[in-house]
Amino acid sequence: MTARGRRVVNHVMGGLTALAAGLAILPLVLIFAFLLFQGASAVNVEFFTHLPKPVGEEGGGMANAIVGSLILVGLAAGLGLPLGILGGVYLAESRDRRLPWIVRFLADVLSGVPSIVIGIFAYALVVLPMRRFSALAGAVALAVIMLPIVVRTSEELVRLVPSSLREAALALGIPEWKVVLRVVLPTARAGIITGVMVAIARVAGETAPLLFTAFGNRFWHQGLDQPIAALPLQIFAYAIAPYDDWHRQAWAGALVLIGMVFVVSLAARVATRGRFSGVR
Amino acid sequence: MESTAHGLSLTPLARTRAARVNVGDRIFRVVLRLAAGALLLLVVALAAEMLRTAVPAIQRFGWRFLVTSVWDPVAEQFGALPFVYGTLVSSFLAMLIAVPLGIGAAVYLAELAPPWLRPPVAFLVELVAAVPSVVYGLWGIFVLAPLLRTWVQPALGSTLGFLPLFQGPPYGVGMLAAGIILAIMVVPFITAVSREVLLAVPNSQREAALALGATRWETTRLAVLSYGRSGLIGAGLLGLGRALGETMAVTMVIGNRPEIALSLFAPGYTMASVIANEFTEATSDLYLAALIEVGLLLFVVTIAVNGLARLLVWSIGGAVKVARE
Repeated sequence: MTARGRRVVNHVMGGLTALAAGLAILPLVLIFAFLLFQGASAVNVEFFTHLPKPVGEEGGGMANAIVGSLILVGLAAGLGLPLGILGGVYLAESRDRRLPWIVRFLADVLSGVPSIVIGIFAYALVVLPMRRFSALAGAVALAVIMLPIVVRTSEELVRLVPSSLREAALALGIPEWKVVLRVVLPTARAGIITGVMVAIARVAGETAPLLFTAFGNRFWHQGLDQPIAALPLQIFAYAIAPYDDWHRQAWAGALVLIGMVFVVSLAARVATRGRFSGVR
Repeated sequence: MESTAHGLSLTPLARTRAARVNVGDRIFRVVLRLAAGALLLLVVALAAEMLRTAVPAIQRFGWRFLVTSVWDPVAEQFGALPFVYGTLVSSFLAMLIAVPLGIGAAVYLAELAPPWLRPPVAFLVELVAAVPSVVYGLWGIFVLAPLLRTWVQPALGSTLGFLPLFQGPPYGVGMLAAGIILAIMVVPFITAVSREVLLAVPNSQREAALALGATRWETTRLAVLSYGRSGLIGAGLLGLGRALGETMAVTMVIGNRPEIALSLFAPGYTMASVIANEFTEATSDLYLAALIEVGLLLFVVTIAVNGLARLLVWSIGGAVKVARE
């Protein structure tokens, strides 16, 4: 090929890959445009403070679903975070031979298991013995989804703590467990919080595993052993219903949901800006 | 006096201190191992629970479950073939679109884009991945499906209508819509993993090619892409794993009809969507078991795809580490 031909190919491929990158982020623009266009008019104070109205009545809100989502995610975080962070510390600090490799592999595999399958698991584990759909079952499903994300990010961040810090503490005669709890984890804190927020943003939008665990509810929540509303569930129910009014509510709900998810993602991004940019 | 591993001798006082310290550390290690063990146990329990609850259907139908296509809850006849077909075809369609786009975008972000443009674009791609599935579904129902119905499908039908793939009435919702929405959802994922793989390729590879007078693209093709090939295949497989199990968006746009149709315009059904739609309606134990068996199949397939993908992605990571050391 001539030098000129090679230059042309170079530019063409540069253009094509740039086009691919543009197409990859195009949906974001499109979805945002439609969410604002369709949903913004229905997002008002009533949306955040009122229960859904019956079919045919104008207005109403998704306050119960927003509260339900917060409860579900909070409960899931309470269940999943301690275990996940401890697991991550284990992977980073352990000198065992085979177990870390297996656990790391399983965590990665678990993060690839479809969320609806995890919903079935929570159903068999919690709903069947309790004989009813419940907030608890939904939270268990979400916790299982969070777990691998938290494990892997905390492992990575504990590993980033310079070993000189560890060695300095150990040289002072401080036992290993205190070194980990008082020196290593506090140093990695900002990064671990980021990982936690990424996990929370991920599960906050999950719908499939809640369909037959949390189940949904048109009223305020009545305890952790009862079905509970969740914003993604409500959006789904409203989107597939045949009422225009409900469709507007679904768009509004989606706008609120995506707003929540993006705020958490952005916060996670800002929290680690600069700190680990050299590493990734 | 005893000697420690470092060859130092300890006074009795130091020895008791050391012993006490060890107790704390030992407890700590046990706690950590328990946490790790819990994770292991969780995956095992997941598999065991699904298997246990699916047993009635497995015993009743055996292999027929996979190869028959009658799904009749009233007559308690369950064959999952239409769902397997729908999952495979919609995912295949998605990969056809998403792999070139995703890897192309990753090449741009890791190799060809001007450096100042890379972080913001990479961040936007991350945001695309953060959009919840149900929001894609909503958008699919009210924007994508009408668009396909009024513009894309009639155009495809009149130009490529001689192919059985593009025949039949344009519903909007159907296999084509599912494939497109899946592709949109999987692209950012493939881009993110491929980008990591490309960034892990040692710079010496690029420098060697550039020193021989290669252009930027030739460097990418000859030195970077070939070096990272297994990792890129892994990225594609991870995307496939996602597509196979994706539920909400697909359920909302695929049309949910348990039939096998050659045309991409026709409605279909996937394994994940049948679980999502019918699980709470499953009245008999056998019906429930059949649905859980569909879930079990999905679980096994995604584990196999993901396991293979992880091994491939790790292999490039490992090779990079070796090359650097």
